[in-house]
Amino acid sequence: MSTVEIVEIRGKVEKEHPMEKLLRMDRIPHIWCPTCGIGTATKAFASALEKLEIDFNNVAVVSGIGCTGRVAGYMKLDSFHTTHGRAVPFAVGLAIAKPKMKVVVFSGDGDLISIGGNHFIHTARRNVDITVICVNNFIYAMTGGQVAPTTPILANSSTTPYGNFEHPFNLPLLAASSGAVYVARWTALHVRRLTNAFAEALQKRGFSFVEVIAPCSTLYARRNKLGDGLNLMKFYHDNSIIKHGADPREIDIGFQDKIVVGKFVDIEKPTYLDCLNEGYKRVLGDAYKVYGEEDEQN
Amino acid sequence: MTEIKMVKANPHDVLTGEHYLDGNHASAEGGIAAGCKFFAGYPITPSTEIAERVSQRFPRVGGIFIQTEDELASMNAILGASWGGVKSMSCTSGPGFSLMMENFGLGMMLETPCVLVNVQRGGPSTGLPTLPGQADMMQARWGSHGDYEVIALAPDSPQESFELAIHAFNLSERYRIPVLVMTDECVGHMTEKVVIPKAEEIDLVPRRYTDKPPGEYWPYIPENDLVPPMPPVGKGYKFHITGLTHDYRGYPVISAEVQEKCVRRLVDKIKKNAKDIIWIEEKDTEGAEVIVLSYGITSRVVQPAIAEAKKEGIKVGQIRLVAVWPFPEERVRELASKIGTYVMVEMNYGQIYYEVERCAAGKCKTVLVPHAGGTVHNPEDVHVAIKGAVK
Repeated sequence: MSTVEIVEIRGKVEKEHPMEKLLRMDRIPHIWCPTCGIGTATKAFASALEKLEIDFNNVAVVSGIGCTGRVAGYMKLDSFHTTHGRAVPFAVGLAIAKPKMKVVVFSGDGDLISIGGNHFIHTARRNVDITVICVNNFIYAMTGGQVAPTTPILANSSTTPYGNFEHPFNLPLLAASSGAVYVARWTALHVRRLTNAFAEALQKRGFSFVEVIAPCSTLYARRNKLGDGLNLMKFYHDNSIIKHGADPREIDIGFQDKIVVGKFVDIEKPTYLDCLNEGYKRVLGDAYKVYGEEDEQN
Repeated sequence: MTEIKMVKANPHDVLTGEHYLDGNHASAEGGIAAGCKFFAGYPITPSTEIAERVSQRFPRVGGIFIQTEDELASMNAILGASWGGVKSMSCTSGPGFSLMMENFGLGMMLETPCVLVNVQRGGPSTGLPTLPGQADMMQARWGSHGDYEVIALAPDSPQESFELAIHAFNLSERYRIPVLVMTDECVGHMTEKVVIPKAEEIDLVPRRYTDKPPGEYWPYIPENDLVPPMPPVGKGYKFHITGLTHDYRGYPVISAEVQEKCVRRLVDKIKKNAKDIIWIEEKDTEGAEVIVLSYGITSRVVQPAIAEAKKEGIKVGQIRLVAVWPFPEERVRELASKIGTYVMVEMNYGQIYYEVERCAAGKCKTVLVPHAGGTVHNPEDVHVAIKGAVK
């Protein structure tokens, strides 16, 4: 197809993008590479919001740094692009200040689990009412393909040129053992299931976590000679095993190994603020003044 | 100048009356009186009593205290809460201050009102956890990477710890920046009478919210005083803010032109309003041969030395920096041509001294009376320096 033909076709497109009301169209085109899984995850997230029919004014997105860290900038919501690893504690402050708001952290594996790992486990432990979406592409992509705490053993990266010899984190296990009330993992191929998982996580009170296994064909796949975007989707198709309720201890991801996906944890537990309110009321009685009670804004 | 309509403190938050408090407890009461409703902190000597006091008081005034996993989280959580519309605060000391610097910078870049109290101890590194220092003053100024201007206040007593905590909140809301209260272990742990006034006597600067409706508002279009009004969260503004260099829309733009505009205003909004922020106390500076400069606890330690020198007939004036940053450049410059010597007394090996030296610009002598911290200066050392200055 010639350039002229493409321009002609584009010129005729007058239909609104189906997600336009949730995207900052004035910031499109986005920075993500073709075949990147972050766009898919973002679309699935937008679809989940739409499906839930919640007031979009009442949803905030907080991101850290990295490719996925850019999600906040493309969502037409109150959105915060913070520093590397710090999206979770920023979100904790915001979620406590606005307890009725749905605060969503949307970030990458390096941001959330490496530099931000401590915040991740403690916020799960407290069961702060936020949803954390981690797009896991097994690598630091924004900086050019360095090893991450999620990089499978033997995988090549720009700082493990002879292969990675470190044990990676199993993110659902980390989230579940830290106290998350909802834990799911899907790949960028499972768009419908991923959308449902986002919707479930958003409705959950407490710390909900969704891991999205996503292709990075520019760096991870290229360095490891795994082919292009289509090959990666094919790989997910052939190697994903749906196993709801699987024991998170048994779902490690090896290099080019099977990927167990599904919903692993879905439990009820009082949130951080529930615990505070209940505990202070019990001890202080009427002297306890509930945060935000007199404030219309909350 | 942009007109700010002050509001009164909420009587429920103010512990009106006469109290016997240490500086840390007084700082906590100041924050609470200013309407602080979110505090995130991490235990660190000698600042912990602020967090302890807040954790005890907050459930009774509708505030949320959280002891975070580290100081990185504390600093971020207070930024997040502030964007959620709540006045927020933290406290720390040297090592925690270092950890907070990363996101102190984020607070500067996002232009987020909040207050951070650093109860200084001896450094570097773990240093002297239980003993005083004043060696974080340049870290306060330059501790996070990149260009920005800070506001840092230095109380010299529990009473002033209370008052400056309120003032810090007012400045932070007025100029939309994290404001530092740079106190020290001595003031923090010194117990004195603190008079807390009635709520109706406490004026507060309210959050500067935009009056524009959603759709017509952008986060970084400043008013006349170079400070942009904030959007309320959750009200349909759907604003975006980022720690990246950004344009008036809050959108990241990676270019030298936008960097110039973005950083220039962060610097100018404090520099051009510095006259309103600078706060010094002068005594006997007219006709003085020597002026002793100090701040925080040190300004009390120098008093016997000044009294002694006066008895000996030396014309000694003094300047106490209530606000250390922004530094009172103009006044220090002006007085330099009228006096013989500036004697700078501070609990470090020369930090604010270099500002004095820079502003004196060779028009008078400048002398530093240094101290590595661990205890306050011996007034005799200050006395010797004053005498040496007029020899």
